[in-house]
Amino acid sequence: MSTSPTTAAPPAATVRTPRTGMLALFGIAAVAVMLVAPFGVYPVFLMKVMCFALFACAFNLLLGYTGLLSFGHAMFFGGAAYICAHTIKVLGFSPEIGILAGVAFAAFLGLLAGLLAIRRQGIYFAMVTLALAQMFFFFCLQAPFTGGEDGLQGVPRRPLFGLIDISKDINLYYVVLAIFVFGFLVIYRTIHSPFGHVLKAIRENEPRAISLGYRANQYKLLAFVLSAALTGLAGSTKVLVFQLASLTDVAWQMSGEVVLMTLVGGMGTILGPIVGAAIIVTMQNYLAGLGEWVLVIQGVIFVAAVSLFRRGIVGEIIAIVSYYRSGKQQP
Amino acid sequence: MDTVSDVPYIVEATGLTKEFKGFAAVKNVDLRIRRNTIHALIGPNGAGKTTCFNLITKFLEPTRGTIRLNGRDITRTPPADVARLGMVRSFQISATFPHLTVVDNVRIALQRPMGNSFHFWKSESSLDSLNERAMALLADVDLTTYADHLAVELPYGRKRALEIATTLALDPEMLLLDEPTSGMGREDIARTADLIRRVSKNRTILMVEHNLSVVADLSDTITVLARGEILTEGPYAEVSKNPQVIEAYMGTGGAH
Repeated sequence: MSTSPTTAAPPAATVRTPRTGMLALFGIAAVAVMLVAPFGVYPVFLMKVMCFALFACAFNLLLGYTGLLSFGHAMFFGGAAYICAHTIKVLGFSPEIGILAGVAFAAFLGLLAGLLAIRRQGIYFAMVTLALAQMFFFFCLQAPFTGGEDGLQGVPRRPLFGLIDISKDINLYYVVLAIFVFGFLVIYRTIHSPFGHVLKAIRENEPRAISLGYRANQYKLLAFVLSAALTGLAGSTKVLVFQLASLTDVAWQMSGEVVLMTLVGGMGTILGPIVGAAIIVTMQNYLAGLGEWVLVIQGVIFVAAVSLFRRGIVGEIIAIVSYYRSGKQQP
Repeated sequence: MDTVSDVPYIVEATGLTKEFKGFAAVKNVDLRIRRNTIHALIGPNGAGKTTCFNLITKFLEPTRGTIRLNGRDITRTPPADVARLGMVRSFQISATFPHLTVVDNVRIALQRPMGNSFHFWKSESSLDSLNERAMALLADVDLTTYADHLAVELPYGRKRALEIATTLALDPEMLLLDEPTSGMGREDIARTADLIRRVSKNRTILMVEHNLSVVADLSDTITVLARGEILTEGPYAEVSKNPQVIEAYMGTGGAH
């Protein structure tokens, strides 16, 4: 077929996607703020936010960009935490080896769980992941190396790469920031890669993607493994921050919490999970004095999010902005 | 007709049967489609046309029977691999990727043969080399001005055009169109029929279609299905005079 003159101009396919330049600028500004933030805010709190933000971003890769609702992501978060803690505390390795071990374990567990779960769709997929996570929870409860109810406490903060002293919170803060930025960039690139385009197509219309020759399950499996590995990165990093891996990390509530963070912030948006994680962690920290009532407040927020602003906070902001922008463009 | 019958068959389905819990949606259907022809599958509602489609493209597993594509047995081949062998289908309800732009819809199809679809570490700008071909395909179906719109925003007829452009992006040898003109106005129907005729060059097309004037106009061969079985097969002039066909269509305002 011949290319007619009308097709000579390059298509402005970027109109709908947020301008990369603006996004990069925003990213640099955000990192700059994060660099000075520990001088104003308690660094451990910020590190906790970043761990959960990375967790939620990794989860969102699956829910928002692949359309798979996993209800068992705690097994990757907590599983990686146990392996990381065990590698450092019991086997005596340095922190970077511990993190790598945690990530590798989460990826492997993701491969196994993914192979079983991706054959099912929708609610059945969620149920299979929940069931697997529950099995893993009881395994962790019984297995001797996890420390049972006590967990693995007092994980030492040995120097990173034998050089960086992370026993000081402020030093560790910058390490965690670097890990978070790295994880975020991996997710961002994945979403905006040839692979990410196929994922979105599968999310939008799986039978059609198959009819174009895409073996959809293989793409979903890779997305699942990537999501699990990055969740493992978040879980391992959390071990360095709190020097602790416990049953809380593998419990089903943790799987639920990450769903909450992602939905409140806005699933399928790049920044939504970060905002969601920041809100939920802030609430847990500052309302801790209210005890069990925190859970009630979380429940109310969840109900409000689902019924009032279904796109999540960031999703609603994007919708409003693009509404005004398209309103201006129309003649 | 003699010249056409010399051409080998591209698709040969023999004894195709699909049973859903005791109910046979398709019974013992033998369907052979000649290369480079337009073959229509017609019949009243519930005759098993779409089931046949799903069986041939392997979106459904046949209970019994075999399917060959270019002489190769594809009875147990998964649907994505059937597409890779050059047989691509459309769907009854317009099959676009609603929240991707029109140009991205076509690019997804063009991207597959590039072999980078698992590369999650590469930038999406590696797909920019496809833009020119994508735009040419869109120009072919008069969608150039819609390139940056989300597919979901397109009017219905345009969605079907986009679907055909996406399918053509794979340059398939065999095209299966499930009711390509359903729900369209007269103008869109004429445009689509014209498009089908144009793309049928050097291609084989099997289509399910309700609009009998489109069928009469385009098809070389027509297979009439009723209650999951083949009633008759032949060119339109022959089929439309068959008393059984007229009876099957009674009350549905069909053949005459």
